[in-house]
Amino acid sequence: MSNEQLTQLAGPTRRIRGTFRVNGEAREALYRPHVTLLELLREDLQLTGTKHGCELGECGACTVRVDGTPVLSCLVLAQAVEGQEVTTVEGMAEGAALHPLQQTFVELGAAQCGYCTPGVLLAAEALLDEHPAPTRDEIKLALSGNICRCTGYIKIYEAIELAAARMRGESAEPTRESVYGY
Amino acid sequence: MGTERLRRGGADGQTGSGTTARPPAGPTVRAVIGTPRPKTDAPGKVAGQTLFADDIVLPRMLWCKLLRSPHPHARIVSIDASKALALPGVEAVLTGADLPIPFGILPVSQDEHALCPDVVRFVGDPVAAVAALDEETALAACDLIDVTYEPLTVVGSVDDAATTPTPQLHDYADEGNWHKLVHLQFGELDEGFARADLVREDLFLYEGNTHLPMEQHASIAHATPDGRVTIWSSTQTPHYLHRALSKVLELPPARIRVIATPNGGGFGGKSDPFNHEIVVARLSQVTGRPVKIGLTREEVFYCHRGRHQALMKIRTGVTNDGAITAMDFESYLDGGAYGSYGVASLYYTGALQTVTYDVPTYRFRGARAFTNKPPGGPKRGHGTTQPRFAVEVHLDKLAEQLKIDPAELRLRHLVRPNAVTANWLQLGTVGLEACIQKVVVGSRWKERFRKLPYGRGLGLACSSYITGAGLPIYWNDMPHSGAQIKCDRGGGVTIFCGSIDIGQGSESVLAYVTAEVLGIEPADVKVVTADTDLTPVDLGSYSSRVTLMTGQAALQAASRVRDLIASATATKLDVPVDRLVFGGGRVFDAQDPEHGLTFQAAVGIAEAMHGTLGAVGSYTPPRSPGRYRGAGVGPSAAYSYSAAVAEVEVDPDTGIVRVPTIWIGHDVGQSINPALVMGQVEGGVYMGLGEALMEEMAYREKLNVVHKWPSMLEYKSPTTMEMCDVITYLIEDPDPNGPFGAKEAGQGPLNPVMPAIANAIYDAVGVRIDEVPMSAPKVLKAIQAKAKGKDPRYGPTGTPPVPWPERTYVRTPAQGGNGRD
Repeated sequence: MSNEQLTQLAGPTRRIRGTFRVNGEAREALYRPHVTLLELLREDLQLTGTKHGCELGECGACTVRVDGTPVLSCLVLAQAVEGQEVTTVEGMAEGAALHPLQQTFVELGAAQCGYCTPGVLLAAEALLDEHPAPTRDEIKLALSGNICRCTGYIKIYEAIELAAARMRGESAEPTRESVYGY
Repeated sequence: MGTERLRRGGADGQTGSGTTARPPAGPTVRAVIGTPRPKTDAPGKVAGQTLFADDIVLPRMLWCKLLRSPHPHARIVSIDASKALALPGVEAVLTGADLPIPFGILPVSQDEHALCPDVVRFVGDPVAAVAALDEETALAACDLIDVTYEPLTVVGSVDDAATTPTPQLHDYADEGNWHKLVHLQFGELDEGFARADLVREDLFLYEGNTHLPMEQHASIAHATPDGRVTIWSSTQTPHYLHRALSKVLELPPARIRVIATPNGGGFGGKSDPFNHEIVVARLSQVTGRPVKIGLTREEVFYCHRGRHQALMKIRTGVTNDGAITAMDFESYLDGGAYGSYGVASLYYTGALQTVTYDVPTYRFRGARAFTNKPPGGPKRGHGTTQPRFAVEVHLDKLAEQLKIDPAELRLRHLVRPNAVTANWLQLGTVGLEACIQKVVVGSRWKERFRKLPYGRGLGLACSSYITGAGLPIYWNDMPHSGAQIKCDRGGGVTIFCGSIDIGQGSESVLAYVTAEVLGIEPADVKVVTADTDLTPVDLGSYSSRVTLMTGQAALQAASRVRDLIASATATKLDVPVDRLVFGGGRVFDAQDPEHGLTFQAAVGIAEAMHGTLGAVGSYTPPRSPGRYRGAGVGPSAAYSYSAAVAEVEVDPDTGIVRVPTIWIGHDVGQSINPALVMGQVEGGVYMGLGEALMEEMAYREKLNVVHKWPSMLEYKSPTTMEMCDVITYLIEDPDPNGPFGAKEAGQGPLNPVMPAIANAIYDAVGVRIDEVPMSAPKVLKAIQAKAKGKDPRYGPTGTPPVPWPERTYVRTPAQGGNGRD
């Protein structure tokens, strides 16, 4: 194999310049044209809140929102989202104040290891944008692409329902059964 | 959270044993323990700010990739890395010759190498490692490494191992390719069977499965010019990794710093020292730059160390009222290519049959085979999950033969609290009766069992689990867990402990215990964990040991700090020291609550009196009465208990099983934080549901023993669409050995789920699925067999021949035995 051929095998390849909108900010990046949105976020923009569990679109851990729609960032080329609004978990809080979903996930222990949590939160946020008072079945459907290995999803459902109630202006608290059992 | 509204008093009573710390005397109304509150690390996790191993980036960092074997068993004839080294951007290539010292988690199984030096033993065994400027270059370089293999005879299964003594995968095996053979007998088995009115024998197969943590393993190592190596790694056992690194790198432990990063799920899968951890450390030493590796999901499947496949035979004698007179248990484990925790796993398949119901005489024979597959190891319920499935389904069959309600049969013959079992396990509190009663009432068992229409059914099962292994992994007399507390003049309290949070809340437990003792808020306690340079040793997040052991260590350290503050405060306030109360961020006179100091002021006068304020605490479990060879597996400071009822709907046309609801009662001793205990129980039920219905490590045996499904799409695990409703009952029967009475919750609640579902399938459609997972094709085959008048069962039909060693005979406590022979 010639040195020239070897060089072609090696990275990093040619980089391109792109402008992205992430969490309401304009972000410019010099990036390899074949990288996924997941790689761009984590490696080029240092937004490591977005996680990866398979990089094959199987687990939902890398879920982010693109123009409001939850997408698997490991299956989207970074180039494809130039000019679109990307929201990651880092963009959910209002300044220092956690989003109501983040708050209820904290209260109920809906984040155990916390690794699937960013993706779940964004999928849930998208759900509540559409359905301010979702049924349990609607929550299950909305999260059916997000695998969580810790919680059994129960505390996640309860946290979403609690956050939804609060976002509707109700003064809701966790039920006794959810924190002490029956 | 409305913690004030929900707050309630905990149970009293704390006697302690061994090095168990006692909570301070004084009022027993607890402000923190027993109240639901957030996990201390949760805000960082929901904000995306928690740094997992793969989130760490260091300047000048190189990327590592491993070249893994495509053969299940082969000799490495030659490796030529010259082309890879010539690739621009490649900084180093390592092969087995660079890391010749073997390692392994157990001292008796030092059979792994960071990179295979001469033989590969499974598809995925690492052969070479590359460090390059970026991940793509490292991957390209791996493709340029020429390895010549000479294939060896493949041992693809337990049956293969039985009939293929050579070539041996490892020459230290007990016999041929039987890694380990065990034969223990407790009491006069034949007499026990002779007393029985009914003797029944069953065979079961538990297919292996894997942890599937959401986070893929990742590590980053940095060797610095001062000769030190630091590694950040997603490990559940930083202390054991520290020891393995020291051995293989031939570097004193004092020059190695292991920092365990928060684990994005562990479940036992990050409990071994791994090839990739040692490799990045060496690559960093070689290159002088930080080196990082992040495993792909496929590679995580090859790391495995998950649930062993276990074939089991159980024979039990019972009287007409269901009392067990004798139990004879055999297990045959597919161990995969290396030892890992396998010797412990094997002993565990025989250890805990005796801790739920009274078993007066007992025999266990176990065999673990070496096969050319990724190694089995500890997964949630370690080694007790498979036999518990067998025991609880077997009991269901016995109950039916005896015409006794299965719940009633169990309730009649529960083991007594504080009993010493036939195999010399010292029990503590046993809350199993309450667990059974709760799920029986909750599921309306009496009205519905055997009375539901065809296709719907209920099944019940119980289990128990250790709260921490009684012995460490390597023999030593030192504590299993240590904690150190320092107080600063601002009233801030920091606790240091070697434990690592894998999502279960271990970091929070340290804060809660410290806050409770010192009368401050958990938010005012800073927790520093899992850094071998900074924190006292804790053996790791395995065996459900962390709440009990680190909780006791924290309790002792906090109590000592409290004593220092109390003595200074008593002098200052002129109040007898035993009248002082620590609460609400103050230290005050119980008889005159207005007479007191803020905690910050009390710390200040204590520092003035005693000098810099701090204390250490440690914990060692009580010594077990068992002294025989093999008695090291099974003892624990306390045993948790669980009972579950599963409701199923079986589609007789497809065999598809749906589980709408599981009721579960769990005896946790005392909840440190009930909300988190609920989460552990629900998570255990979830993982059990996955094991019951779909999860399996399946291999193409005739096709090079390649893993069938090394991906999350095809290794099925429950999504929201499959997950059942869970009705949880927390039973609090405080155990004097636990901190504030606490026992474990992380592993035990998984164990009753699979047998409860199997028993419910029988109630629904009258077929026995004696094999896990109970996937639709198996259920359908059994239903079809039943329709044709054949044996309405799906399950194994025989066991392989094993050269059982001579038995170790141990007299039982009832025989007046001494625990040794």
